[in-house]
Amino acid sequence: MADMSVAAPRSRGLSLPRVNIRAVVMVLYLGFLLLPIYWLINMSLKTNSEILGTFSLWPQNLTFDNYRTILTDPAWYMGYVNSLIYVVMNTVISLTVALPAAYAFSRYRFMGDKHLFFWLLTNRMAPPAVFALPFFQLYSSIGLFDTHIAVALAHCLFNVPLAVWILEGFMRGVPKEIDETAYIDGYSFGRFFVKIFMPLIASGIGVAAFFNFMFSWVELLLSRTLTSVNAKPIAATMTRTVSASGLDWGVLAAAGVLTIVPGALVIWFVRNYIAKGFALGRV
Amino acid sequence: MDKSVNNKAWFLVLPVLFLVAFSAVIPLMTVVNYSVQDTFGNNQFFWVGLEWFEEMLQSDRMWNALGRQAIFSAVILAIEVPLGILVALCMPKRGVWVSVCLVLMALPLLIPWNVVGTIWQIFGREDIGLLGYTLNMLGISYNYTQSSISAWITVVVMDVWHWTSLVALLAYAGLQSIPDAYYQAAKIDQANRWKVFRYIELPKMQGVLMIAILLRFMDSFMIYTEPFVVTGGGPGNATTFLSIDLVKMALGQFDLGPAAAFSLMYFLVVMLISWVFYTVMTNLDKRGGA
Repeated sequence: MADMSVAAPRSRGLSLPRVNIRAVVMVLYLGFLLLPIYWLINMSLKTNSEILGTFSLWPQNLTFDNYRTILTDPAWYMGYVNSLIYVVMNTVISLTVALPAAYAFSRYRFMGDKHLFFWLLTNRMAPPAVFALPFFQLYSSIGLFDTHIAVALAHCLFNVPLAVWILEGFMRGVPKEIDETAYIDGYSFGRFFVKIFMPLIASGIGVAAFFNFMFSWVELLLSRTLTSVNAKPIAATMTRTVSASGLDWGVLAAAGVLTIVPGALVIWFVRNYIAKGFALGRV
Repeated sequence: MDKSVNNKAWFLVLPVLFLVAFSAVIPLMTVVNYSVQDTFGNNQFFWVGLEWFEEMLQSDRMWNALGRQAIFSAVILAIEVPLGILVALCMPKRGVWVSVCLVLMALPLLIPWNVVGTIWQIFGREDIGLLGYTLNMLGISYNYTQSSISAWITVVVMDVWHWTSLVALLAYAGLQSIPDAYYQAAKIDQANRWKVFRYIELPKMQGVLMIAILLRFMDSFMIYTEPFVVTGGGPGNATTFLSIDLVKMALGQFDLGPAAAFSLMYFLVVMLISWVFYTVMTNLDKRGGA
């Protein structure tokens, strides 16, 4: 439905007594979502002695030392850099290969198309735990262990099928007549695809990019298995440093807060498309 | 949309095929390889046929993990789907609040999974966590490292916290696609709230809800990081789900053969159930012409 944004205002008469209940449910739910996050932020602004010594709902002695520790220590902040590098790489690779494939699935029938599509999806269903060890051996044997590209490629396992799925959904919404008109006008496939088609599904590409970013950013098992030092993601840095230094709660909380920031920033840009994107373009 | 038959479309799919084959088929074949062989180290393997599969099928360990996993997935689906629909129905209609709610709701989805675990690990501790401290203050005995009931509740609530928004966002997207005329017609017919939900909103949400259930089923069945960080599979084996057990076996004890057989059966179960959902979904797609 392309015209959902211009739907006329619904009559309030029907739902007047319910407005309050709805607001209450919404506030309760958002409160439930935000309370644990608040607690994390709260802890990140305390010193360790305060965390362990007294129980308080907000920091008594506000301190930014935990953040300073992370932002000045390369062992910490390189984790963020590494994560961002492989996430961006993965997003670019996934979209590049998924775009033509999604076009093929949305426009043509060909031998084995349905099987192929389901086979792609099965990779989204494959438990990463199944692949952890073989991945480790595969990438070690071709000398890619502990590189950003290894993690980026490994994450393609679930991100490429997802990108194909989302893009196919968005492409289906573009009338086929547009393709045909362009070909009659003498456009080659490549030029048509880049100049006409891609702008038409720009929001779909944005959504797919967002989802690839998201799933690559949140994944830990594979990225931890495939890296040791040079490409170690922030998530792994957290687990290891914590176990080594005897649970430095304040720094741990601060590192956690900083991992939420990129996601929150990205989400703001795609907020109007999130809902449609989660429906994989199928609304 | 009518699609034309064109086998040249294969060329457009080839890059995906190569990439996914590289990152899926090769590792999968490695797993298959391990599952039928045994080793005494030094890279000397010999053929054992289906022995590992038999061993795994007869071991309580896998069945117990599978049972816990099935209960877990069923419980979180039973909570998250209705709750997600409820939240979607309660979304504000328009204005800046829509954006605010969407962004806040999506927030947990973008937190790295081990950080989700860390958040709840901290939040639930009885000495420094708000939840654990408050519950124990109220006289409710709660300790997720000691009691398996507490551990289960923590893991379930954590998953609800983490993923209900996904269901809510999907359901919201479905609700958005309902033309206003439907509601007006319902009003003329003097349909009550329940009937509007039952005969207009629910059928229109069917497609997206199937996606929600499919995604939630797959992801909950593969859950690893969050419970691993919070409980480490314990106390005892109370929250040792399939992935946790598998990683313990493969990377912890390095029992490659049994772990590989376990992997394949695990993958097969996920695929089978997902295939059922997927078939239902595509049929809905066709009927709804979405």
